[in-house]
Amino acid sequence: MEFQDYYKVLGVASDADDSAIKRAYRKLAREFHPDVNPGPEAEDKFKAASEAYEVLKDPEKRTAYDDLCNAGPRSGNFQPPPGWEQGYSFSETSSSDDHAFSDFFETLFRQQQYDQGRHGMVRDQFAKINVDIEDVYHGASRDLILQVPDMDQSGRVRMQERRLAVHIPKGVQEGQHLRIKGDGAAGDVLLEVSFAPHPMYRPDGHDLHMDLPVTPWEAALGGKVAMPTPAGKVDIKIPANTRPGQKLRLKGRGLPGARSGDLYAHITIVNPPVETETGRQFFEKMAREMSFDPRKKMGVT
Amino acid sequence: MKKTKLQTHASDIVDAMDLMELCRFCRVEQGWIVELVDHGVLDPDGPEQSDWRFYGYNIVRARKAGRLRRDLGINAAGIGMILDLMNERDRLIRQIAMHQQ
Repeated sequence: MEFQDYYKVLGVASDADDSAIKRAYRKLAREFHPDVNPGPEAEDKFKAASEAYEVLKDPEKRTAYDDLCNAGPRSGNFQPPPGWEQGYSFSETSSSDDHAFSDFFETLFRQQQYDQGRHGMVRDQFAKINVDIEDVYHGASRDLILQVPDMDQSGRVRMQERRLAVHIPKGVQEGQHLRIKGDGAAGDVLLEVSFAPHPMYRPDGHDLHMDLPVTPWEAALGGKVAMPTPAGKVDIKIPANTRPGQKLRLKGRGLPGARSGDLYAHITIVNPPVETETGRQFFEKMAREMSFDPRKKMGVT
Repeated sequence: MKKTKLQTHASDIVDAMDLMELCRFCRVEQGWIVELVDHGVLDPDGPEQSDWRFYGYNIVRARKAGRLRRDLGINAAGIGMILDLMNERDRLIRQIAMHQQ
């Protein structure tokens, strides 16, 4: 297993005192806490800092760790010297929300957390699921891989994989939870729903926002424009003299649910590239015949 | 290798939780949830504690609050401020994203 350099993780010297260690941990915890800093990198850094602090804050564990550091080489495949754990008595590790620490920690520092009674206790499982916005409109079935903490004979916690397929009900909202009832042996699985980022659609509460590119003539003359929505293609009528940045509201076409929201199309006007002589002449005619100065009020005429 | 098709599990949307369910879900004691309600961090429906129902975003907020207390030792007042600031920050990020198109 891989040796964990806890002093390096916290950025402290190996002879740092308790208050320096505490200060270093608190600073990292504040910076990388997953509730404040979403994203997998922050979570990894937070986990690493928590694990390092768990060992270095406890005098017994720290002594044992320092002895390990001094015991020998720490390259890739680290094995503790036999019988090393004798002479130390570790107190219980504070639990950390269903996630195991590194192999290094679990092998060397994890103490039996469950007594015989609790081994049989059924625990609910929590996870987050990323749902595509289209799934919300139609309902869908999604495969999920859960990390389940599992205890072996000697009381060590390992993460096991559990695969299941879950039905995403139509109209589920971000922040809601889906409950999959356990079969008695395993507890319920509670999944927090989060929307996966979409290249085209941006959710905002119950509403959905998207950009709708139109040609200059469509914007100027108005008329029917085909646009995609998560529920399928829709023809909308844009008014004559539609301005760039104008928002068109499609009522009731936002995210479905108890309260269905609206879909907002943000107009962007896109010029065609001029690649032919005919194209150039069109634009030159416009330049000659349409007196329009968008910079009139900027004082440069 | 034959690929086994996973049986799809039906799921209920958990729309609301009562006080006891929320405590179990967040692994905190009742007094802490009551404190969060007293500070306006959570706003359940219902007049009495026994009638309280925590909907949607309240559940997510309660879990975040529990983690912030456990991991960073922040009290209810501080958590309230942090969650409000984070909501505002996320709202601004969304606005910026819209204007960058």
